[in-house]
Amino acid sequence: MTHAIHTEAEPLHEPRSFWTKYVWSQDHKVIAIQYTVTAFAVGLVALVLSWLMRLQLGFPGVFSFIDPGTYYQMVTMHGMIMVIYLLTAIFLGGFGNYLIPLMVGARDMVFPFVNMLSYWAYLLSVLVLMASFFVPGGPTGAGWTLYPPQAILEGTPGSGWGIILMLVSLVLFIVAATMGGLNYVTTVLQARTRGMTLMRMPLSVWGIFMATILALLAFPALFVGGIMMLFDRVAGSSFFMPAIVSMGKHLNYEGGSPVLFQHIFWFFGHPEVYIVALPAFGIVSDLIATHARKNIFGYRIMVWAIVIIGVLSFVVWAHHMYVSGMNPYFGFFFATTTLIIAVPTAIKVYNWMLTLWRGDIHLTVPMLFAIAFVSTFAIGGLTGLFLGNVVIDVPLSDTYFVVAHFHMVMGVSPILVVFGGIYHWFPKITGRMMDDRLGKIHFWVTFLGTYAIYFPMHYLGFLGMPRRYYAYDGYDFIPSSAHDLNTFISLTAWAVGLAQLAFLYNMARSAIKGAHAGSNPWRATTLEWQTPETPPRHGNWGPVLPVVYRWAYDYSVPGADQDFLPQNRPPDDAGAVGDLTVQRVEGSVS
Amino acid sequence: MAIAIVLVLIVVGSILFHFLSPWWFTPLASNWDQMDNTLIITFVVTGVVFIGINLFIAYAVFRFRHREGRQAAYEPENKKLEWWLIGLTSVGIAVMLAPGLIVYAEFVHAPKDASVIEVVGQQWKWSFRFPGKDGVLGSVNPRLISFDNPFGLNPDDPNGQDDVLVQSGELHLPLDKPVRVLLRSKDVLHDFYVPHFRVKMDAVPGVLSGFWFTPTKPGRFDVACAEFCGLGHHTMRSAVIVEENRAFQQWLNAQTTFARSSEQQGGTLSALAQKGRELAQARGCRGCHSVDGSPGAGPTWKGLFGKTETLADSSTIVVDEDYLKTSILQPNAAIVEGYPAIMPPYDLSGEELDALIEYTKTLQAGAGSEAESSE
Repeated sequence: MTHAIHTEAEPLHEPRSFWTKYVWSQDHKVIAIQYTVTAFAVGLVALVLSWLMRLQLGFPGVFSFIDPGTYYQMVTMHGMIMVIYLLTAIFLGGFGNYLIPLMVGARDMVFPFVNMLSYWAYLLSVLVLMASFFVPGGPTGAGWTLYPPQAILEGTPGSGWGIILMLVSLVLFIVAATMGGLNYVTTVLQARTRGMTLMRMPLSVWGIFMATILALLAFPALFVGGIMMLFDRVAGSSFFMPAIVSMGKHLNYEGGSPVLFQHIFWFFGHPEVYIVALPAFGIVSDLIATHARKNIFGYRIMVWAIVIIGVLSFVVWAHHMYVSGMNPYFGFFFATTTLIIAVPTAIKVYNWMLTLWRGDIHLTVPMLFAIAFVSTFAIGGLTGLFLGNVVIDVPLSDTYFVVAHFHMVMGVSPILVVFGGIYHWFPKITGRMMDDRLGKIHFWVTFLGTYAIYFPMHYLGFLGMPRRYYAYDGYDFIPSSAHDLNTFISLTAWAVGLAQLAFLYNMARSAIKGAHAGSNPWRATTLEWQTPETPPRHGNWGPVLPVVYRWAYDYSVPGADQDFLPQNRPPDDAGAVGDLTVQRVEGSVS
Repeated sequence: MAIAIVLVLIVVGSILFHFLSPWWFTPLASNWDQMDNTLIITFVVTGVVFIGINLFIAYAVFRFRHREGRQAAYEPENKKLEWWLIGLTSVGIAVMLAPGLIVYAEFVHAPKDASVIEVVGQQWKWSFRFPGKDGVLGSVNPRLISFDNPFGLNPDDPNGQDDVLVQSGELHLPLDKPVRVLLRSKDVLHDFYVPHFRVKMDAVPGVLSGFWFTPTKPGRFDVACAEFCGLGHHTMRSAVIVEENRAFQQWLNAQTTFARSSEQQGGTLSALAQKGRELAQARGCRGCHSVDGSPGAGPTWKGLFGKTETLADSSTIVVDEDYLKTSILQPNAAIVEGYPAIMPPYDLSGEELDALIEYTKTLQAGAGSEAESSE
């Protein structure tokens, strides 16, 4: 049974002052923007760190301020910020917060006060992480995976204060993610408006919903692993520390297992990549459907694929550990589960392609980003098949093949969806359109540039070039042409980085001076476009909540009077009601 | 329209890149051609899919671009098509997974006639141990690791007495004989990776891991540490030299054994130099600086005192007491050309500095040199 959260009779508590409207806001839309702005700000820091890393890789030894310690610190902070503080925060805290209540027809999240707290906890976690740049010894340089024993021992940068602040920051982030996550899950389950059955929800909601379930189940593993490592670091416990002779000194640790940390970390870490990917899958489905004026092909299987991918994501983690020294027989199991998870993922790719087939394709900026997603996700996902197949992972593990793979699937394709989603929903958030020409420039430089960076990188991996190296001189098996390629990649990376400034400028300028958008410039069917005001006011729907009569994809319905039928448009004689659930379960509203 | 053309160009460009670029597998020098073959099967299957997806999208975007008066089709599902796609995809997955698991089964079962060696990782060098004439590696205990017993061998275990200890950073192996590598680490995670052999495995403190292979080509092959292990990760260099069995036996016989190295303790150093020798081990200097001329992350101390060195800024100096003191207290102030600036500063007392310098003076080039086995 679904209920409306506020009946018509109950008054809405509207924020009145500047502080309660824009700072200490409990409105999901404001919180979403706060999350997004913070995520972009810290993401810019990580982007600049990547430019500095590429300085060293493209021109080794030229920039003396980048010594090995600094280099490894940049590698670590770049990775951690991008994966957790940018991608996870923006998909769940940014897109999740903004879209879920609007797309399911609710007035807000079910726990608005906790929702507000989640943002401030996230901001605190970001500040703690940034503080690690300024403590003695600097930030941790252990790699984003923070493997012990090295992460807490002399010989690795930031093994003093840096690793402590990193772990504390992660704990705070997990608190924030849990508070937000409880909101998203409960709102989807309990606050859908009348007629909005689960199988009428847009795929954006399904993607974010499933990702949130994964987050609630997986982040506790990181939490626990982080606390255990913190104890090893400050209290002398030996969860992960065996007997060690470090720099000639016998340390007091004994009996712990470094591989245990890896199991705990990757039990979180693999679902984490799906926490980033599933919202991207959902959003891109809606972008393609809207801009091709065509229902998403195979909606039911798309939902099942999201659920199955989410479930399977918990039984593949040790494919990150094939050469960790764990029991080799585990390799058989994890290679099998990893290659099985490729099947539902491939189905989703086919369905995006089949949605385009016989569509009415408008090559808007969001559509361009969506198409680019499918292409880059295809190559990123396909290279995962190499790494998942255990015996092929033996030569490729810890080489640039892995770096190329995870950048394609995490750093390129989901980021293209973030951009596409922002160009798409910006008119709803601000009431204005983003500039089309700047958008296309941003698109082309980003798409072509990231292909040029990461496609060749796979071949450095085939050579055997190891990752996380400050420099490569003196290795006979690495030809000088590989160094030239590194220089080319660095130059391309800077060009792509600069193009992002066009995006930021576009957002800032369009928010003030963009063309007025009207309430539904893309003529989309989903509920968020049917609000009485644009941007939506507090409470979203005015005095009367919407009622839903159809699924989210009634585009180009034969016989209808226009090429889209919003979800809250009642069935009438002329307009067909296209979705399968209503046809089958006549009269039911849950 | 541009996007359709670009997707086609990406396909064409990728194919051209694959065939024209100079970067591909490092030439194989071991028995693991099956790894390469499995990789190529995967490459072909995924390559076909990659090309198919991009060309399909390019065509669809072109053929179904928006034109006035055209409407999209309405096609919520097509069960038959979806089941076919699931079926075909599953077949494709099986075609890749099956050979992969078959080859992996060989990888996890070393042949019975494989000889055994041990590879030990530490920050930031590799050492090696052979089982000696009795064919059995002696037992080890990390708590026994010391200046005079760098491998932590148990002195009461008779199997360990004839173990051959190699600390020059170069491992020799006989051609065409399978070898099972047992890996461990003294401190943090490392990974012994030889690109030409295709094999790698993490060296984990507290755990014994391993892999096996057969070297099939003579030559000298780079070893690259493949698990981030701190500041010297990228300098943790080593090499495997594969040679005919006779040459290999000659080399093996020239190496020291645990029994012999145990006899060589103490001797002819003054008390101050002895203190310096112990400090060099205790404070980790020996992790990067050898005493027998072997290359390492830092310059060897053999023959260092009094030598004329060229610094990173191209000036030359004669290595004297002042230079050595500066190098210890402010290492990156004036480093020798060709070495990375990764040495951490050490806060030593005046007496400790004198002891180290005294010890360094005893390491003259050519003079009855200190065996590298005394780690």
